Amino acid sequence: MEILVQQLFNGLTIGSVYSLVALGLTLVYGILHIPNFAHGALYMLGGYITLTMMTSLGLHYWLAIFISILAVGLVGVLMERFVFHPLRDSPPIHDKIAAIGILLFLEAFAQFVWGADYRTMPTPYDQVIHIFGITFTLQRMLIIVSAVAVMILLYLFLKKTFIGSTIIAMSQNREGANLVGVNTNKVAMMTFMISGGLAAIACSLAAPINLVFPGMGQLVILKAFVIIILGGMGSIPGAIIGGYILGFSESLGATYISNDYKDIIAFVLLVIILSVKPKGLFAKEGH
Amino acid sequence: MFLETKSLTKKFGGLFAVNSVDFSIEKGKINAIIGPNGAGKSTFFNLISGFHRPSSGAVIFKGKDITTLPSNKIAELGIARTFQTTNLFEQSTVLDNVIVGHRLRTKSNLLDAVLRTKRLKSEEKKCREKAIEVLDFVGLTHAAHKQAAGISQEEKKRVAFALALATNPEIVFLDEPAAGVNPDETEGLALLMEKMVQKGITVCLIEHKMQMIMKLADKIMVLNYGEKIAEGTPDEIKNNETVIKAYLGGSAIA
Amino acid sequence: MAAIFKQRNIITGLVLLSLVFPFITQNEYYLHIMTLSFIWMIGVYGLNLLAGYTGYLSLAHAGFFAIGAYSLGILTVKAQLNFWLAFILACLITSFLGFLIGLIALRTKEHFFAIYTLCVGYIIYLVIDKWESLTEGVRGLIGIPAPSNIGPISFQTALSQYYLVLVILLLVILIVYRIVHSLTGRTYIAIRNSEDLAQTIGISTMKNKLTVFVLSTFFAGLAGALYASFVRFIGPDIGSTAITFDLLTYLLVGGLGTLSGPIIGTILIVWVSQQLQFLQDYRMLIFGPVLTLLIIFYPRGIVGAFTGWKHKYEDKRSKNKDIPNDSLVKSKKQVKEG
Repeated sequence: MEILVQQLFNGLTIGSVYSLVALGLTLVYGILHIPNFAHGALYMLGGYITLTMMTSLGLHYWLAIFISILAVGLVGVLMERFVFHPLRDSPPIHDKIAAIGILLFLEAFAQFVWGADYRTMPTPYDQVIHIFGITFTLQRMLIIVSAVAVMILLYLFLKKTFIGSTIIAMSQNREGANLVGVNTNKVAMMTFMISGGLAAIACSLAAPINLVFPGMGQLVILKAFVIIILGGMGSIPGAIIGGYILGFSESLGATYISNDYKDIIAFVLLVIILSVKPKGLFAKEGH
Repeated sequence: MFLETKSLTKKFGGLFAVNSVDFSIEKGKINAIIGPNGAGKSTFFNLISGFHRPSSGAVIFKGKDITTLPSNKIAELGIARTFQTTNLFEQSTVLDNVIVGHRLRTKSNLLDAVLRTKRLKSEEKKCREKAIEVLDFVGLTHAAHKQAAGISQEEKKRVAFALALATNPEIVFLDEPAAGVNPDETEGLALLMEKMVQKGITVCLIEHKMQMIMKLADKIMVLNYGEKIAEGTPDEIKNNETVIKAYLGGSAIA
Repeated sequence: MAAIFKQRNIITGLVLLSLVFPFITQNEYYLHIMTLSFIWMIGVYGLNLLAGYTGYLSLAHAGFFAIGAYSLGILTVKAQLNFWLAFILACLITSFLGFLIGLIALRTKEHFFAIYTLCVGYIIYLVIDKWESLTEGVRGLIGIPAPSNIGPISFQTALSQYYLVLVILLLVILIVYRIVHSLTGRTYIAIRNSEDLAQTIGISTMKNKLTVFVLSTFFAGLAGALYASFVRFIGPDIGSTAITFDLLTYLLVGGLGTLSGPIIGTILIVWVSQQLQFLQDYRMLIFGPVLTLLIIFYPRGIVGAFTGWKHKYEDKRSKNKDIPNDSLVKSKKQVKEG
């Protein structure tokens, strides 16, 4: 029983991180229909920037995260401007290849600047807590709380602000949004900014309980793709729910099935979903 | 009956895109389907050509139920269609683009290709000749060796016709064949449709250009909100109260 | 003058060059690099048939490459099978798995297909990495034999292996050339242009896509089996996405959907990588942006850019001369590009 509760808690932690990453991915997909394979590299970059700010400049954890959000958001905007915007009318295969090019570059860049070693990120919240028979570090608690806070903020932003509602409008109908005077360029950049920022937050939160290394984004991005297919490409609630479903499946699978194969759970799940529903769960039949 | 639909219905989500439509297409005539935007015309085409499975109802072609056949099988039976926009292989010539249109009447496979068999060679010749023939028919012989990227909008429409004709169809469904071309060119395309009928190919088209339809069509069906509201000759349609109301009350006549 | 640059002539020239290459250089290392390049090219041709001609970007190709390599390795090292029997079986096993995966994967399209195959590739990699009793896991599979003799011909020397791989590569090119320049090839290109349109002109898209997918995995498996017998040692890394991305880079640089692209792209990148050895792990600092820039500005790679330029040049000339319209007959002899 205690193991179960402990694993559920772990699942909640991992799921929070997955949800944040998947949110960024699904926003970009919803607006621009680009499966951004480079999103994992943004995640990795976010981790390194936070780490560097903390170790080299001695900044506080939160300040470092803030700078990381801005920096990665900016990289996202640059990607949109210089790569995806020029490719907007190209065949879909081109977006994917361009994104892969960016991914390869950013990983090599990280390795070049920060080296290939695995690094640990310090956290001011490494106290160990025992409650209800489960043991966890404060950082894990922080991940869950911060992730939920970010999700609420994002929700308020999308629902209550003008720019947020234009993002929603555009994800529902690009041409329509264009007609009613939404500046689609601005919305696209904004979306990439948010997407990058979410990746940076996710990684900065998760890094202290994992390790930082150039390839750290690869698995995460693959899983995020699984999540948004699970939750419906472009769906925001779907990304959140899907993230937690995967988080729970993995932590329970690691305990009760096999730790060796826990990373495979997500992919097997995806293969099964797409085998049964080739356009993903919740796909609508188009005209 | 040549081709008919029996209470053909398609629901998307809870909405009826096409609702219980009975329509029969007359052989050797020009049949037209008109209606305001979003009336379900394209969906109706998609149902007949096998792109969507109907929610209920049936499509009967020459006495055979083709409702559940996939679109490539429907093409084999002699039902061709065009799309509003035709994606051509731009880096290749017009002729090269049309050759593949006769592919469904050939049998050679991968092995034939690798071994360069006699069958492949004779079938390639056959397809090429067919392509030259249909390009001549649609009046594009002069453009056969142009790059597909460099031809005009109207020529692209004609290539789409040629591609459909290369399949040896008995009936051709044309989805807004005259969209995006100027009045003179529209006239030319109308002549081409008449020429197709003279050759014994039945035509069924969706069109917004009312003038053209009224002059061209032998029979018209009007759809509105997925339902058939009228059917008849151009004169009958012109004077039909329901049609006038639908057009004036709904979206404007395009 | 323009005739020199026809794709067929480029290929003939490169073939002649590769035939005499071992006599130009006595350097065994160069021979080794060239042999490896040829092996990659076979894989790239497989990828090209699928992504370039049929429009389906598979990101599982390193996985199929690894299946080919491991099948050969396991069948020879563990099952002690005759080399050539194992070789044929390796190709068949890969194609069979390709068939099963393709059957499901090809129901998905575009992004879903790319993501699906990326995940399939990752599963293959993980299975190879974790299934230690069969694959030896991270320790890798050691002692894979070189190809055994065929009659009097032995393949123990670097030179004989070079020619063996070259001959197989030439066969692959011949097969791809014939497919692309046939009705079958036109069928694939039609699917790439628009699957809906292809379907309405009576093409069974699923059957055709599955055929290409299986053939494409067959080439990947063939390349993998050759790799295993040439390098004699394989680890799970050959199934990693990094290898898929390498193959993709070779193809993109050379020219997606062109016949000579895989040769030119592979040779160029492998050669440049050799020159940039000091960069080693950082070579993607250069190739990553190259990939992105190419797809924006020259989506059909070097070969595509070149033929585009050539067409413009010829158009200009033909306009100046104002050739009369008798080209219908002449065209039969024209070599199509595509």
